[in-house]
Amino acid sequence: MSSPLKVRIRSVLKSAGCLQNGLEVIGDDADLHAAGLTSHATVSLMLALEEAFDIEFPDRLLRRRTFSSIDAIAEALGEIGVRDEAT
Amino acid sequence: MSPWLAAARAVGAEIAARHADDVDVRARFPGEALAALKDRKLLGILVPESAGGPGAGIADVVSVCHELGQHCASTAMIYAMHQIQTACIVQHAGQDPWLRTFLKRLAEDQLLLASATSEAGVGGDVRSSICALTERRGRFSLVKQAPVISYGEESDAILVTARRTPQSPASDQVIVVVPRAGVEFQPQETWNTLGMRGTCSKGHRLTVEGEMAQVIPVPYADVSSQTMLPVSHLVWSALWLGIASDALGRARAFVRAEVKTSSGESPPGGGRLAGAAIELQTMKSNLITCLRAYEAAIGSADRLSAISFAVAMNNLKLASSQSVVKIVGEAMLICGLAGYRIDSRFSVGRHLRDAHSAAVMVNNDRIIANNATLALALRDDRELLA
Repeated sequence: MSSPLKVRIRSVLKSAGCLQNGLEVIGDDADLHAAGLTSHATVSLMLALEEAFDIEFPDRLLRRRTFSSIDAIAEALGEIGVRDEAT
Repeated sequence: MSPWLAAARAVGAEIAARHADDVDVRARFPGEALAALKDRKLLGILVPESAGGPGAGIADVVSVCHELGQHCASTAMIYAMHQIQTACIVQHAGQDPWLRTFLKRLAEDQLLLASATSEAGVGGDVRSSICALTERRGRFSLVKQAPVISYGEESDAILVTARRTPQSPASDQVIVVVPRAGVEFQPQETWNTLGMRGTCSKGHRLTVEGEMAQVIPVPYADVSSQTMLPVSHLVWSALWLGIASDALGRARAFVRAEVKTSSGESPPGGGRLAGAAIELQTMKSNLITCLRAYEAAIGSADRLSAISFAVAMNNLKLASSQSVVKIVGEAMLICGLAGYRIDSRFSVGRHLRDAHSAAVMVNNDRIIANNATLALALRDDRELLA
């Protein structure tokens, strides 16, 4: 069972419309770039995450790896103080 | 001066410059200059010592491109494009035995590498592919409609991008190294352009076969952002700087000649010459700053894939491609009719036509559109020397 944080990340991914293929079949550790997340979509995803979690990613996290999987996004959010709990 | 730069200067001044006009007029491959670059072993300089090469750095390649750009822009561009491909293999081959052996051959036999990254039907976006690798028992095959492959038929190997599998999305690409024997070219478009005529960038239908071991073991997205993009913008900017320097050199010679014959009065082009020198200095400073930034980031995937780095490298291309046209235009005005003529020693007609390719090859409008997206994620630099 995915954590509440990862469920929220999924819903941001879904509403930002970053991936063409079904999000349902993508695991938390799956490579989002291989699943079709383009570099443009990465920026849109970043902005959508900032909006949804009311945060700002620091410069050091603005790189491809931060957005490479749902797990990686959760880790980055954790690093900047987003708590893994249901809202 | 490095031995490589000295060799490039000899090839440039003695061979490339001599044939530059003929290469341009006939839109033919600069075979003499490329043979001389092979003889002087300049094609394999990036190959590391561990793979049997001399292990030159990107700064050495940038210097060579700048030098060649002053003599024959087509030769410089071919050399630059070859080194972009070489850098991609050097940086991303890892311990892949096929690719390590290939690098060794590149250094020994001075192989010339070409590239087939663009594809008909993707609207000029090299980060999308339609064609895909079809794998069968450790081998692959692939057919690609490539609207431009520079000097493809003259090359010894070609790097081709494609989707990883026929099921992969358009952005999930790999890049594969294919020796000439594994490629069939069907020429489809000729190359009759305003400038950079010697690059022979014809369109082809490519049929490619090889072993899966020839695939660079890192996603093309990483190869592109960490190496191909920054190295392209550095080597291109260097050769454009070479074009601009040579044009301004002709303008300076013209003004000097005028001073000598006009009994000490300052000639009309003098002020314009001083003004163009500002632009040239800015162009050079930008190149060197970006070169140092790339050298500092090399080896760190995190630093090379940072958004701020990508924007800086895009800005280098945008600025240099505009500066070269501006400077050559100024040089023509300084030389006046002598610069406008194509049969005078002050002619900058070829320079001007070659310079205009800069904004078109990977169109500046596309790069600006990319930067417009990336700019949303940029943070301001708060500290000058950080």
